Amino acid sequence: MPDATGLELIAAEVRDRFGDGAVTGTHYFRDEATLELAPPAVHDVLAHLRDDADQPFELLMSLHGCDYFPQEPRLGVHYQLLSLERTDRLGVKTRVGVEDPNIQSVVDLFPGADFQEREAYDMFGVVFDGHPDPRRILMPEDYQGFPQRRDFPMGGEPVLFTFNEHEVPRWYE
Amino acid sequence: MSDEAPATGVEGERPLDVPYRERERSVTLERMPAPGAPVYGTAVEPETELFTINMGPHHPATHGVLRLLLTLEGEVVRSITPIIGYVHTGIEKSCEDQQYWKVIPFVERMDYLSYYFNAQVFCMAVERMLDEEVPPRAQYLRVIHMELGRIASHLFWLGTSALDLGAISMLWYALRDREKILDLFEMSGGQRLHTRYIQVGGVIEDLPPGFDRKCREFLAEMPSRIDQYEAILNRNEILLQRLRNVGEVPLDTLLGLGVTGPLLRAAGHPWDLRKAMPYSSYDHFDFKVPIGTRGDHYDRYRVRMAEMRESVKIVEQALDGLPEGPYITDNRKVALPPRHELATSMEALIHHFKLVTEGFRVPPGETYAAIESPRGELGCFVLADGSAKPARVHMRDPSFVNLQSLRHMAEGRLIADLIAGIAMLDPILGGIDR
Repeated sequence: MPDATGLELIAAEVRDRFGDGAVTGTHYFRDEATLELAPPAVHDVLAHLRDDADQPFELLMSLHGCDYFPQEPRLGVHYQLLSLERTDRLGVKTRVGVEDPNIQSVVDLFPGADFQEREAYDMFGVVFDGHPDPRRILMPEDYQGFPQRRDFPMGGEPVLFTFNEHEVPRWYE
Repeated sequence: MSDEAPATGVEGERPLDVPYRERERSVTLERMPAPGAPVYGTAVEPETELFTINMGPHHPATHGVLRLLLTLEGEVVRSITPIIGYVHTGIEKSCEDQQYWKVIPFVERMDYLSYYFNAQVFCMAVERMLDEEVPPRAQYLRVIHMELGRIASHLFWLGTSALDLGAISMLWYALRDREKILDLFEMSGGQRLHTRYIQVGGVIEDLPPGFDRKCREFLAEMPSRIDQYEAILNRNEILLQRLRNVGEVPLDTLLGLGVTGPLLRAAGHPWDLRKAMPYSSYDHFDFKVPIGTRGDHYDRYRVRMAEMRESVKIVEQALDGLPEGPYITDNRKVALPPRHELATSMEALIHHFKLVTEGFRVPPGETYAAIESPRGELGCFVLADGSAKPARVHMRDPSFVNLQSLRHMAEGRLIADLIAGIAMLDPILGGIDR
């Protein structure tokens, strides 16, 4: 892990290249460094961190969404970067609102983000622009709503049993 | 596969008014001419036409309910589209409704062959946020159980993979040895599967009398068993023809896809989190990281066999060097007090009551912990909002990410090689779908 100073150096480097608005915060919590970015800058900054930063992080290990309800903007997208050579990790996160949940896809940089971006869309409704196959992945393709959001109720849909099968509309299809 | 406009939001036509065939965009029924073939509608030879076929979800060789949409040219696979979600049970959502110590049984059921690893990575994440130190004895006990779990998981992989490749007796041999490990788990945790042994701050109980002797008996026997299995398989003509020089994926492609674990090591990269970023006292043990040279299916097979031998060594060292001391943290705000204290100590009774009814609270924050599971990097992201329940638990499951490399292994090859590819990929659908 880069230490707190190292994180500030990375943030300063990113600010120099992409402007002051690109980095919206740095978090250092329990020896984990996380860089918070503005949503439009994510793709370019990740490309920079992968290829030509002073200390490159060449792998994307995990991409996942989360819901910061009731804070605004609600939805968060986390990128866990890894450097195999320096055995170092860096977290990158960004926040998007529910009304405009668009963010540029990073599949062109990290092909492994394909399934994970589909999962983040499926569960939280974060739309990744430029994704080659932006379908749902775990839920059925005709599903409506985003079940991992915090305002989606637990057990929010009727379970099909024999006794109530005729109450569920068009269950037979 | 699909060239229709993708669904990007909640809006759009109501899906229930649309016939099922049109709803499911992944199913393509159009005929695609092969490159260089005559235009469809004219005289078409059967072999020159591409043919879309569905494999699974209830196919015995897909290790669960994996569904693959294959486009075939004769018997050659031209494209593979994995369709998953058939055992999606919303475990991550259910975890948000449980107190932290009650989440452990939920996450154990994600990747159901490596339950100790799921519990370990979740507990690691929570311990990191609580800033809770795990006693050395508990760390060693965790290592013993995780490495036994790794052997059990690889044994199950060995049996089912050999079954897919046509060797049914390997299944019985491998499961015979796995039974012995499950008996050990039953001794220490009371259950054969999903033991809930690893707790936040340590483990639930110390080793019972007799565990050490029985475990050493197993460890003494296991290397010779592996020798026997290799004697059966390593010179088996059928197995060699189906594994050697099949399914090679370049190292750069694997790294771009985020593939980890035995698949990456078989391609020659010695990346193992136990060595690279040691956790739970793995730096105390002397073991090697086996790697392959070519990255074909045969290397993947050999790497996993060698990993079992290394795991045996780790468990032996952990049993030899098992430190004395408590097996769970003595922080009563996190771990239950010992049972005998309840009769005499008022504080113990209060702590017990508070922990069981309310759970413990975790300070706000978020963390990502990662360990080396039998299939690769198993990561756990936990977001805490200060209450006794997590606001988000996400598992970065290695099977889910590794599945993307299947098309690189099997496209352009025969269907039989696809079966070998699934077997050597070792996907666990419970972990993929969660």
